Amino acid sequence: MSVGFDQGATVLLRVERAFGPVVEGEAVVSEEGFSPRYDLDRWSGIITKPGHKLEGVSIKDKVCFFPTAKGGIAAGWAFNDLKGKSIAPKAFIFGIANPVMVQGAIFAGITITEGWDRHPREIIRTGDWVRVDPESLTIARVQLRGDAR
Amino acid sequence: MELTSEERAILAGQRGEASKRALEYQMELGKFCGAKRFVPITNVHMMGDIEVMGDAGLRYLRDEAALGARCAVSTTTNARCIDFAQCERMGQDSAEVAKERELIDYLRSMGVITTDTCINYQTVYQPHLGEHVAWGDTGTVIYANSVFGARSNFESGPAALAAALTGRTLEYGFHVDEHRRGTFTVRLDAPLRDVADWGAVGKLVGESHQDYYAVPVFHGYAGVPMADDLKHLGAALASYGSMAMFHFVGVTPEAPSVEAALGGRQPSEAMVIGAADLERVYAGYSLGDGDARLVVFSGPQQSLLEMRRLAELFDARHVAEGSSCFVTTNGAILAQARKLGYAAVLERAGVTLLEGVCFYILQNLTPMRRANGWRNMVSNSAKIVNIIGAHRFNTILRPTVQCVDIACRAELK
Repeated sequence: MSVGFDQGATVLLRVERAFGPVVEGEAVVSEEGFSPRYDLDRWSGIITKPGHKLEGVSIKDKVCFFPTAKGGIAAGWAFNDLKGKSIAPKAFIFGIANPVMVQGAIFAGITITEGWDRHPREIIRTGDWVRVDPESLTIARVQLRGDAR
Repeated sequence: MELTSEERAILAGQRGEASKRALEYQMELGKFCGAKRFVPITNVHMMGDIEVMGDAGLRYLRDEAALGARCAVSTTTNARCIDFAQCERMGQDSAEVAKERELIDYLRSMGVITTDTCINYQTVYQPHLGEHVAWGDTGTVIYANSVFGARSNFESGPAALAAALTGRTLEYGFHVDEHRRGTFTVRLDAPLRDVADWGAVGKLVGESHQDYYAVPVFHGYAGVPMADDLKHLGAALASYGSMAMFHFVGVTPEAPSVEAALGGRQPSEAMVIGAADLERVYAGYSLGDGDARLVVFSGPQQSLLEMRRLAELFDARHVAEGSSCFVTTNGAILAQARKLGYAAVLERAGVTLLEGVCFYILQNLTPMRRANGWRNMVSNSAKIVNIIGAHRFNTILRPTVQCVDIACRAELK
């Protein structure tokens, strides 16, 4: 059964800035910041940096929560490339972003938000199904991890 | 946003479809960033190569070129992923090499000057105090803001290209006074003897303050930092901390004193870095299985003075059998290094000189690592040891002299 955007969702987070369409997807909650250059195999969509807290995790079609953006200018083109290769995430949710992440996401048409009113780890677990609504600046949980959809 | 008559004309398509689309993209960015207006710029430095752009980016450039896109201000390119003279030897993919050539042709058709350097600030263009520019990579931006007192945000490839086409960028971030003031102080109590030490300082400060708007104010340093020192400090701050600006009291133009650099703000923290902190940085790298067969001097590209120093250190020595040592620089410096004999010394020593690239962005790097069986990468650049992880190298920072020894002895301590 598919879950409609307005059914049974609980608003968990309010964000400060946002761009892009409303999207739903499986959450990946990171304790570590992110850069596509530093951390990601941009041919598979898997985080490959040794020791990264999400090492081995795919970001394809995920709603990715990162507390910070790492350096590097690559995201500007790389997010568009990920989309072209069909391995892009559904959305990037940053605590603190940087201009590169924003420029890259907007160029690629990928939903992105910055700033949150509480740390996602308090309320969202990797595997939960969440909905990002840039218009209302909210992130809601549609389904808990492990619950049947 | 407040638009000038010129900007309204661009939006109306009077400067062509490519400029119109570029401004529309910038305005979308402006909504997110809260920018109220644009600021005219004098110079753009952009990243554009096939490794990061992929086929989707190449298609985009092809479309832009077909629309007649033309740069409105002088625009140069960052380091790229292929040295055409070495690509076969490096085992790079011939199809990607052909795409890189095509990509370069599109950029040149738009009026982009393909300098292929991440040290434009040392070799191409030095903006003055208060000059607004639109630069990427991050190492170039932090140098422009900090050392020159020019003004730029991180402008990634598509944003820099848009700025090149419209001749303006968004007025926010480091274009405005508010964000240029220091936010915390760092007293340097350690002697800093090598560019790797400066990079290690950048790692310590950046890693613990990952925030684009964090601006450290360095003070208390007894010596005089050289341009290459500040280059490695800035590149590491930008890499580990995503920072775009620092002040260095008595050195950078907006920091005649700690108070002036802070601009009336109370520092959020007073950090102190001593010799023991640096020792801990060097001791903190895992040596893995001891593989010592890859040493890299890159990220950023080497300046002429760095080339000279490497030539002195490698003189009458040779890279160990089975080991690889790479030095990357831009075309202008390599030409000078050839004239001055530095390049010959390095090549006699078995060092591979790569032109117009940086090691970490080389096309095909992961397959190259596998083919060579490289596990560790040793470098004197704190930036590159941070940035190359996705290719699954175990990385180790060492001072320049030690890096040369490791390259020649294939022994890691």
